[in-house]
Parts: sequence; C-alpha cells; structure tokens
Amino acid sequence: MGGYRRISAPDQPRSARMQNNNKNSSEPLVRIRGLIFKRGQRAIFDNVDIDIRRGGITAIMGPSGCGKTTLLRLIGGQLKPLSGSVRVDGIEVPRLSRRALMNLRKRMGMLFQSGALLTDLNVFENVAFPLREHTPLPEAVIRDLVLMKLEAVGLRGARGLMAAQLSGGMARRVALARAIALEPMMIMYDEPFTGQDPISMGVLVRLIKSLNEALGITSVIVSHDIQETVSIADYVYILSAGKIVGQGTPAELAGTNSQWVRQFMQALSDGPVRFHYPAPSITEDLQL
Amino acid sequence: MTAAFLGMLQRLGRWGLSALERLGRGTVFFVYVIGGFPEILRRGRLIVAQIYAVGALSLVIIVVSGIFVGMVLGLQGYNTLVDFGASESLGELVALSLVRELGPVVTALLYAGRAGSALTAEIGLMKTTEQLSAMEMMAVDPLHRVIAPRLLAGIISMPLLAAIFSILGVYGGHFVGVTLLGVDDGAYWSQMQATVDWYDDILNGVIKSFVFGIVVTWIALFEGYDTAPTSEGISRATTRTVVNSSLAVLGLDFVLTALMFNK
Repeated sequence: MGGYRRISAPDQPRSARMQNNNKNSSEPLVRIRGLIFKRGQRAIFDNVDIDIRRGGITAIMGPSGCGKTTLLRLIGGQLKPLSGSVRVDGIEVPRLSRRALMNLRKRMGMLFQSGALLTDLNVFENVAFPLREHTPLPEAVIRDLVLMKLEAVGLRGARGLMAAQLSGGMARRVALARAIALEPMMIMYDEPFTGQDPISMGVLVRLIKSLNEALGITSVIVSHDIQETVSIADYVYILSAGKIVGQGTPAELAGTNSQWVRQFMQALSDGPVRFHYPAPSITEDLQL
Repeated sequence: MTAAFLGMLQRLGRWGLSALERLGRGTVFFVYVIGGFPEILRRGRLIVAQIYAVGALSLVIIVVSGIFVGMVLGLQGYNTLVDFGASESLGELVALSLVRELGPVVTALLYAGRAGSALTAEIGLMKTTEQLSAMEMMAVDPLHRVIAPRLLAGIISMPLLAAIFSILGVYGGHFVGVTLLGVDDGAYWSQMQATVDWYDDILNGVIKSFVFGIVVTWIALFEGYDTAPTSEGISRATTRTVVNSSLAVLGLDFVLTALMFNK
C-alpha cells in the first residue's frame, strides 16, 4: 500500500521529495562511512567515506574492476559490507530486515549496464512491471502512466516491441522509464554510457540530466566515460585500489595536482595505475 | 603411496563437503520458494502461463513416447505371454507396467530432458543478464515472483503428464495386441479392470509422479538459480539438471516402490 500512496497522489510525494532532495539540505541522501568490503583476501573498499547529496548528480568513477558497481550493490542492499555504515535517507541499509529493505528499494531505481529488461515482456509490460507489482492501480491508469514514462524517454512508439528487438541505447532508455515508474527518490546508473554510439550517448546524457532536474531525483552515476559523466555531474569521486583517490566538483578535479586524478581524467596509459602488470624484468624473462 | 592416498581422501572429503553445502543451500532455496506459494496462488495467471510452458509444451514428446512405449509393451508382452497361453492377460501386464512404473518414471525422465533443461537455461539466463537482480532492486522477490510459479506448475503438470502417458500407452498396447496380433478385445479390457487397483496401483503411481515432479522441478530451478553467470556456467547447469534429475528419479523410484509395493 506504501507504493499505492506514492503513485495515487503523485503531487504530494513529489513535492515532499523535492523538499527532501533540496540541494541546500545539509544531510546527504546516502552517507557511507568507514566502508570495508572484501572479495576473498582482496579489499574492494578499504575504509571509504562517500556522501551523495540530495537532488544532485554524483559520479563515481575509476578504472575497471575498482568496485564501482559493487558500491551500487552495497547502497541497494544486495551486498553487505564487512564493516562500516551505509545509510540511505537516514536508514542503515545493512541492518534492514528483508521486508524493510524491499520497502526502501521501492524508493530507489537502478539502471543496469545491460538494461536488464525482462525478455519475456514487451516494452510496455516492462515499464508497467513495478506498477503492477506494487500498486493496485486500475489498468487505464497504469496505461497512462506507462505511456507518460515512455514519452519522457522518447519511446512511446516502441511500446509493442520486445526487448530483443531494441538497440542497446533503446533498451537503456526503456530501463530508465521502468526505473522512474514508481517515482523514486534516487536512481543509480551502472555504466549508462558503455558501448553506446555518440547519438545514443548524447540522448542518455540529456535524459539523465533532465530527469534529475525535472523530477528532483538524486542521481548516482557509476562510469568510466569521463567526458559524458563530468559534463553533467555536480560532484565526482574517483576510486582506485579500494580508496578514494580524488573528489570534488568537475572544476576542482580539473585543477588538481593529484597524480591519480590526472592519470584518470586525462586517460594517461601510465601513472600510479601501471601500464604493465607486475612481472619480472623483461631481460630476466627473455633470458638475455 | 601414503601421500597419494591422503590426497585422494582429501579430495573425497572436499567433494563431500561441497555436495553437502549445495544440498543445504538447495534445501533453504526450496523452503523459501514454498513460502511464496500463498502469494502466488492468488495470482493464477502466473501459474497458468507456467503450466503451459512446462506442461503443455511437453505434451508432444509425452504423447509420442507414451504411444510407442505402450506399443512395445504390447508386442513384448504378447510374445512372452503367448508361450504360456496367457495372451489374454496382456491388458493387465501393459496397464500395471505403465501405471506403476513406466508412466511416472519415463515421464519424469522425459520431463527432465524437455522442461527441466529449459527451466535451468531460462533461469540461468535471467541471472546472467541481471534480470533477477533488476527484480530485486525493484523490490520484487524473484524467488517468489519467478521461481515459485514454475515450481508449482511443475508439481501440477507432472502427474497430469504421467496420466496422459499411461493412458496413451494402454491404447498403444491395445493397438498392437488387439488390432494387430488378435488378442481378444474384451479380455484385454476386462483383465485390466479386474486386476488394476485404484488405490494400490493408480494412486501410488500418481504419488510417484507427484514426488518426481517436485524433485525434478526443484533441481532444475536450483541449478538455474545457482549457476555461474556465464555461458559455460549455464551449459554445465543444464547438463547437471538432466543428469541429477534422472539419477534422483531412478533412485527415488526404487525407494518409493519398496515402500508402496513391498509385500
């Protein structure tokens, strides 16, 4: 019924959400402190602190395999940290019961790298899926809501297509429409620009920005597409080897002296992140 | 020599622990999915769609196999019985063989190959393409929304498929024995009617197919859900479904037969 109340009176939750997501609000929507997470012996996060500001676009960037997607899964409660605090809207996520976690997730959206559309459903049914699962809305209202969400991403005309008939960019736009179906307080984007042609990339960049502004949604973008992400982000964290190696507004990062940040932002092949995987010397290996 | 023996023991122990750990996870999975039945029973359309996918789409192989198995039974049974002048007992032999054993067992083996492997591949692919993760992030429990209707559909479909297999087998045996080989039509049906008991034979056969339905569908769904999210992982999981389900069906058949028909 919680979902029903949100959807049945969209003006009320939206105004409340806009208030919650007020960019001047001092309390961040996501507050991570002392996060430690390991896979086997390898530390993915080693005492990491991150704040995601309400109503803003925060980018989490870093080289492949540095744990960007893992961070989203920790925020969404799909993974539990070894230690540390992950608070979303004041709620300690790792300590939530399953039911409470599900209730929190109704207020979050996530755009997966692949889109993760349900392949046995068409575009319309994919966007309608969370509405059907969480609200008792009549079919006519669901239809209107779905068409409005699809209109927002420019795919109202594709409502009858199956997931397999969509291009990668279209699939992500449909997934975006599905992610905003329940009008969440935040959306997490997992590598939204990877593998996109320039037109699709431009469309996605504009959509993320416009949805963030129009709906007052807090956005978290995990990406290593520097130009596109920095062009819309309010604040950027750069992760490497389990630590935050740089943070700030895009302008601050552009003027930084940090070797890590410069290597990443300028896409340099060698630097603190070595070009060569650790190995014995070439002369030793070739027995010269 | 000692080191080699110890190494072998170590590997055996590791394999045993791993098998027990998987069995434990599978059991937790099964119990959790069963917990979703009350919710899913209120959404009949989900169950009907899955009965169509696992049951109706398995009909062709079940129908064809049932007819041929019945025909073979009719032919082999006639050739044996005629030597003893007991060819009129063909109906009894065909019906008891089908209802007690071949109906539930062969149907379960065919079901594991057709529907079981499809279920594993479907769930494995949903996991690999992050569809199950996406559901979780949409606050929808995939174990209840995706797995539970499929398990329920398998449990409902198996006894029906086994019944269809047995009925068609009886007619297959009738075609060969009566139409082609000249066994008396009345004797075929009356011997069957006189000896096949509703409770001892038919109900026990239904119970067998019900148990096989649970086990095969459970194995198929767990293998899909537990698969490594790669194409190789799905391939291995699908193979394991067919092998493990078949072994489980044959093993359980012996246990159930011993419990049901031991005099």
